[in-house]
Amino acid sequence: MAEIHNYTLNFGPQHPAAHGVLRLVLEMDGEVIQRADPHIGLLHRATEKLAESKPYNQSIGYMDRLDYVSMMSNEHAYVLAIEKMLGVDVPLRAQYIRVMFDEITRILNHLLWLAGHGLDIGAMTMFLYCFREREDLMDIYEAVSGARLHATYYRPGGVYRDLPDRMPQYEPSKWHNQKEVDRMNENRQGSVLDFIWDFTERFPAHVDEYETLLTDNRIWKQRTVGIGVVSPERAKNLGFTGPMLRGSGVEWDLRKKQPYEVYDRLDFDIPVGTNGDTYDRYLVRMEEFRQSNRIIRQCVEWLRNNHGAVMVEDHKIVPPRREAMKHDMEALIHHFKLFTEGFCVPEGQAYAAVEHPKGEFGIYLVSDGANKPYRVKIRAPGFAHLSALDEMSNGHMLADVVAIIGTQDIVFGEVDR
Amino acid sequence: MTKSERLQALQRRIGEAAGDAVLTSSIELGELTVDLAVEELHETCKKLHSGENFAFDTLIDVCGVDYLDYRKEAGEEWTQPRFAVVYHLLSTSRNQRLRLRVFVEESSPMVDSVIDIWKSADWFEREAFDLYGILFKGHPDLRRILTDYGFVGHPFRKDFPLSGHVEMRYDEEKGRVVYQPVSIEPRVLVPRVIREEGYGG
Repeated sequence: MAEIHNYTLNFGPQHPAAHGVLRLVLEMDGEVIQRADPHIGLLHRATEKLAESKPYNQSIGYMDRLDYVSMMSNEHAYVLAIEKMLGVDVPLRAQYIRVMFDEITRILNHLLWLAGHGLDIGAMTMFLYCFREREDLMDIYEAVSGARLHATYYRPGGVYRDLPDRMPQYEPSKWHNQKEVDRMNENRQGSVLDFIWDFTERFPAHVDEYETLLTDNRIWKQRTVGIGVVSPERAKNLGFTGPMLRGSGVEWDLRKKQPYEVYDRLDFDIPVGTNGDTYDRYLVRMEEFRQSNRIIRQCVEWLRNNHGAVMVEDHKIVPPRREAMKHDMEALIHHFKLFTEGFCVPEGQAYAAVEHPKGEFGIYLVSDGANKPYRVKIRAPGFAHLSALDEMSNGHMLADVVAIIGTQDIVFGEVDR
Repeated sequence: MTKSERLQALQRRIGEAAGDAVLTSSIELGELTVDLAVEELHETCKKLHSGENFAFDTLIDVCGVDYLDYRKEAGEEWTQPRFAVVYHLLSTSRNQRLRLRVFVEESSPMVDSVIDIWKSADWFEREAFDLYGILFKGHPDLRRILTDYGFVGHPFRKDFPLSGHVEMRYDEEKGRVVYQPVSIEPRVLVPRVIREEGYGG
């Protein structure tokens, strides 16, 4: 009889299904995985060390570049930690704007997850559908911050600017004539809030569209049902949070359990799975699309009727208005001090966490009283999830590893930091 | 019970259950921090994990902190041990958080691993080892995780320069990648300062 040996397979780091720069060393017995050893760190940029060398506000942009598909949620945790230590109360309107953008970000993130996850296990159309909706959401990002991805919109004390009254419109070019442009601008006639409202009107039908393609699809179910099963106890022990934990049937969501900003004033539900497999986690995220849509609509309604400041008036941490600087000496000094030195944060330590689209994203901040953080630790949900890849893929086939990487919703910007 | 009352009750219960293991404990900004003696860490974590009125079922985070330069700009010197390992625990059933901290000396930066209690400690401990050189006794696979294969040193220590020690480039003559001392000059754009409370009015 021929002797059969286990063999080692190198997967990635350039494989498209490895979602970026994951290198997996797989020990295989034929097609079956015996051990998976993820090698990470190929995208390590030492964000935490860089943050130690910069005034607080200059690191907000680095937060965007952690999980680069849910930018504003990362910023949110960082500014929450700073605000906690400074003892700042954010104006209500800014809180609603933050919550609205957190949910827009959740939809953005889940759309990219669905696109990638679908593509990985054979549903090409999903990729095209999802990117169509992402386009609108990124236009909203651009309208408020000027950047489609790395917004740097949240600041300690509020958000950078109030929502613009006018949604930017397309202009005719050599690729689009006036008639086409008029059609493209149809839902961009009003304010940004009108555009967001229009999106929320359309979006549930789009989610139905995705579900028609996948939820009862035989191939989709064959690839996801019973793959990567995690029990509730195991999920907690492995440090799972977010949809990964809820897919296993644990009803845990920081927006409900430890509400921050205005989540306790909003009406929404938390979907949970029952079997803890890839299919259940898919269903949980699909329902989160609809719940996020609900939250956005409530925020839009509130924001339409309530106006006010979006930043605190404390010029020790927030720069004064440019007009004020023209005639007010004190405003000029504040501006100068803020941009040459920044603000000092009282000595101490704080941990602030948000319900990020992927799970619990936390920032642990240690300050020694200086204008730069002494230590910033970024608790990335994907890091804990990926560390469980070995356990989840054990005994599965090689092709299932791709489904498990997809269901974990891994983004290397946050895993490697 | 309000949130702060529940935290105080938790603080009391930990004091009773852990006894001498607790060096200090404090509640600041609505967060409970407990400093533990290094030798007692593993035993205390076991109690916190399985004790019925603790039930800390999730280990959210483990990280190292290097206190070498703490408050240096204010002219103060750090007198406690140089490194700290900070654990963030979460109880999903009781909806409570807890921060544990142990200090370790630079000469023997050794802590018991909690991987047998919470599996999620695996990579977090590897990360703390990689970045700070803190050793976790009982960890089955304490390899570097974030830095490059063959990396020398522990980059997040405060005495490790931001620009590093070596840089990598492709050598045309040798036909391979080579390492050489860094050519970038370190520079500071905004100096680090500590201002007293109420500075500037």
